Amino acid sequence: MTKALDKNIEYGEFNDQPYTSLEKVLMNDFQHDFPLSSQPFHEIADRYRVDVSQVLNIYERLIAEGAISRIGPVIKPNTIGASLLAALLVPEEKLNEIAEMVNSYPEVNHNYEREHKFNLWFVITAADEKRLEIILSEIKEKTGCQLLRLPLEEAFHIDLGFNLKWNQH
Amino acid sequence: MESALNNNGLDYIEHQLIASIQNGLPIADRPYAEISDQLGISEAEVINRISSLIERGLFKRFGVVVRHHELGYRENAMVVWDIADDQVQAVGNQIKSYPFITLCYRRPRQLPEWRYNLFCMIHGKSRNEVTLLLEEMISENDWCDVPYEVLFSKRRFKQCAANYISQPGIKT
Repeated sequence: MTKALDKNIEYGEFNDQPYTSLEKVLMNDFQHDFPLSSQPFHEIADRYRVDVSQVLNIYERLIAEGAISRIGPVIKPNTIGASLLAALLVPEEKLNEIAEMVNSYPEVNHNYEREHKFNLWFVITAADEKRLEIILSEIKEKTGCQLLRLPLEEAFHIDLGFNLKWNQH
Repeated sequence: MESALNNNGLDYIEHQLIASIQNGLPIADRPYAEISDQLGISEAEVINRISSLIERGLFKRFGVVVRHHELGYRENAMVVWDIADDQVQAVGNQIKSYPFITLCYRRPRQLPEWRYNLFCMIHGKSRNEVTLLLEEMISENDWCDVPYEVLFSKRRFKQCAANYISQPGIKT
């Protein structure tokens, strides 16, 4: 369907995922070009000759379970608002507390512990530069931790979907 | 909240539209009609405007966004490289040609604490798999002397869609 899907990934086979073939198709085949028609889920259902209620139920469930984050846009970075990758060097014993404080900002959309001296990595997307600066200085002040500011300078490749190399059985 | 409006080619309705779909379409018989009701425009206009945002490249894609971790791709490694400034573009383009790379960005160094200026992300089902993919890429390109580090994720504290626009009046 798309070029991205033609790039075969040499991942090992999946065999521990309980998804039906319809669920797999609904996850894999509509990462690009989700139908832009009045009844997109009907269009999908017709394509696979299933009932639309099945399609709606599967998407609802996969979203509820967290396998699918959403059906929506992946927006080009720095199109809207101001965003930044930041990293903090957090003492191990304070990590939970500080991670929670960082999470409390609705502008923080990713937040991971990583194996490094700089161990807390998060992305802030704020309405504008001013708000971004306020959040960064608040976090710096509240934690007293060393902070790296790593804005995007050039995107060679951004999330263009992900080919889930399903087990064929 | 509309301060960014003028410098990115988005008009007011597009701004509102993004606010209402950034966290996902409703799973409903006519999702675009539900959005259009919220915005007070027609369903056809919602569809046309989404098409236009895709065509203009402001939406890199429009569709299902999966969570790697929940689907068995449990390892997510951020690989960071220290690349000479005049080579970073070539190396970035080379890295992105590998199908297991989901992101590849140039970011500024923060000397002296942080020497790395090229970042990429690899998702895999095991640590071993990620390491093998990476080693293969390094040896194929003869990058053995290039300084890099691999930052595996240990815990995910948060992962959700970015709230590009906060719109208290609109349910997202």
